[in-house]
This record gives sequence, C-alpha cells and structure tokens, in this order.
Amino acid sequence: MKNWPLWEIFIRSKAGLNHKHVGSLHAADEEMAIQNARDVYTRRNEGVSIWVVKSEFIVASDPDDSDPLYEPAKDKVYRHPTFYELPDEVKHM
Amino acid sequence: MDIKSLEDRFNEKIDKDIRIEPKDWMPENYRKTLIRQISQHAHSEIVGMLPEANWISRAPSLRRKAAALAKVQDEAGHGLYLYSACETLGVERDDLLKDLHSGKAKYSSIFNYPTLTWADMGAIGWLVDGAAIMNQVPLCRASYGPYARAMVRVCKEESFHQRQGFEIMLTLCKGSEEQKKMAQDALNRWWWPSLMMFGPTDEASTHTEQSMRWGIKRFTNDELRQKFVDATKPQADLLGISIPDEDLKWNEERGHYDFGEINWEEFFNVIKGNGPCNKQRIDARKNAYDNGAWVRDAAAAYAEKKSKVKQEAA
Ligand SMILES: [Fe+2]
Ligand SMILES: [Fe+2]
Repeated sequence: MKNWPLWEIFIRSKAGLNHKHVGSLHAADEEMAIQNARDVYTRRNEGVSIWVVKSEFIVASDPDDSDPLYEPAKDKVYRHPTFYELPDEVKHM
Repeated sequence: MDIKSLEDRFNEKIDKDIRIEPKDWMPENYRKTLIRQISQHAHSEIVGMLPEANWISRAPSLRRKAAALAKVQDEAGHGLYLYSACETLGVERDDLLKDLHSGKAKYSSIFNYPTLTWADMGAIGWLVDGAAIMNQVPLCRASYGPYARAMVRVCKEESFHQRQGFEIMLTLCKGSEEQKKMAQDALNRWWWPSLMMFGPTDEASTHTEQSMRWGIKRFTNDELRQKFVDATKPQADLLGISIPDEDLKWNEERGHYDFGEINWEEFFNVIKGNGPCNKQRIDARKNAYDNGAWVRDAAAAYAEKKSKVKQEAA
C-alpha cells in the first residue's frame, strides 16, 4: 500500500493570532488530518484552531531565486518611518 | 552554478549558523548522514514506548498511570515529529519503517533492556530521559532546519518526563526499606546502559568530526557523557542511593567526576542484536505494523470513496 498523503499543519495558538506552520503528518483524509494534528500538535493547549493543507498544494519560492526576489526591497529605506527627520518638538508621530 | 560554488555557499551558511532548509542545495553525504541520524532517532522514540507501555496497566495509582500514559503518548509524538523531519530529505515513511523492521536501521540500545519492576519507570524517566535531554538540547541548534525545529518541540516536552521519573524514585527512596531497595536495584541495572546511550568513546567514533563540522552534532559523545555524570551524581546523593561504580570520584583538578570503564563489549553486543529484548522489541513493532495494515487500507479506501462521491456531486 502507498503511504497516506502528507499534510502541512497550521495552528492558531490564541484567538486573535494568525495560524502558524508547526509541522506535517500523514493522514488518509482531511478529517483524519485534523484529528491527528490535534493529537500530535496540541497536547498541551497549543492551539484553538487548526488548518490542514495537503503538502502537494504548497507552492514555495525557489531558494536560488532569493537574490532577485528580495533584492528590490533592500535599498528602499524611505519605506521606513525612521527615514524622515522631524524636530524633537513633534511628539507622537 | 557548479558544484564547487554550491559547496562553498553551503559551507558559508554552516559557518554563519544559517539553517539549511529542505529545498536548499546540500552535499549528498550531509543528506544521507541526516537521514540515518534522524530516522535512528525517530525509531528510538517509537521503540522507546515499549519498555514503559508494559507498566501503564500496572501503575500503582491513577496519578502515576495518567503520567505514564501521557509520557508514552509524548514519545509517539516525538517519533512523528522526527519521521516528518526525515521525510523532508526525500525519503518515504514506509521505507524508514521497513529498515527498522529488517534490522538495517538502528535505534538506541537502551531500549533492549527489560523493565522488571515499577522502580524501572522511575529510573528510566530520571536516567534515560535525562540522558536523552543531554543529547537533544544541543540539537535544537542543529544546522538542518526541520530537525532543529522538531528538537525544540521534543525538548519542551521531555522535561516533564525526567521530573516524573525522579519523583517516582524520590517516593520510593522515602518509602519502606523494600521500596528503597527496589530503587537501588533499578539504578544498578540502568546506570551503565544509560552511560552507553551517548555512544562509543570519541576515539572510537568515526563520524564525530564530520558531523561537528556540519553542525548536526554540537558536543562529542564523551563531553556529553561527562556532563551527564556530573549532573546525575548529586541527584543520586539526594535520593540516598549509590551509583554502582567504585571509581566514581570527584576530581578537583578537572572539576569533574571521574568514572569507571564502560563495558563496550556489552554495548556492541546489544547493538548487534544480542541484548536481552532486541527480538521482543522488533517483533512488537512488526506486529503493530502488520496488525494495523487493515486499518490503514480501510482508511485509504474510505478516503478514496469519499473523494469520488465529492467529485461526482461537483
Ligand atoms: Fe522522547
Ligand atoms: Fe521522553
């Protein structure tokens, strides 16, 4: 028999926070993936909500492309508030 | 990019302590060594459930039983984190299990010893989980990202394992003469196998240098073993039981405890498959796998049927 498909697991640790990737596991279907994720990743109150996504549906950027992908953001200091010089008298801005 | 510059970039990352991730280029030997190390570790977690499972139904109180259940369940979780980390290196779970069942893959030799009395639950938590923690904490900084992240989760959960074990020992040692004897007997039997958990001496271990270079090992076997002895001796004193080693003495000059020679013949013998429980452990794993086959098949068939119904409805 073939392995059950692999699922990526995302957990929201507290109401108001975003779901975060915590790992992966095998399960026959989405229901079982959620049950297994509950057992494997939330045994100590680590979560209030679980997302499961079949690993084959994750599209990732190529690490070899990281230079051209992220280079354009590197020299744009004017996107940060600290780039702008204001007199000390201006409070709360 | 040619191999040479890929290799340079890999080494540069290692030197700068930048994690290697599944899609990054890595030397074939790094990948292979990691697969061996991580799967061996995963197998140890899973086989490690067996000696303690024996005592779940025999625990002396509900409190102890709940703790034993929770611990054994944690070990199953540890195995799963590690198998998943290993799979990011391009191997299939089923193949890893096949290697365990055929004896091709190894697991920690400690789990080939029997758990004869309830005190063994105490000694295992205190010593075996204690030694595992010594080994695992530095691996939270391992150079391979998925492995390091799995180890962070594992280490967070391990500390309860050691504490519940020590608590069992403490209760026995404060109990009747007979209970204290049981605790001493468990320490006598688990002490040396626990020291063997750190692996052969630095002189005898062939992979250490390369693994340290790659950041998948942070301390040598002997360094970790020494740390373990130094940490554990005062704990034994606190329990009021004695470590079965006549040569165990504080060495003022070194600032460490000296300790006796390990019986390496026994160690290699157990690794080779001749320990008291090797056969029993592998048989238990194989039976669990074979007897669970119909469940896996049924779940897969059900999932397939459900997705067909969904497709037809769409
Ligand atoms: Fe564990
Ligand atoms: Fe443990």
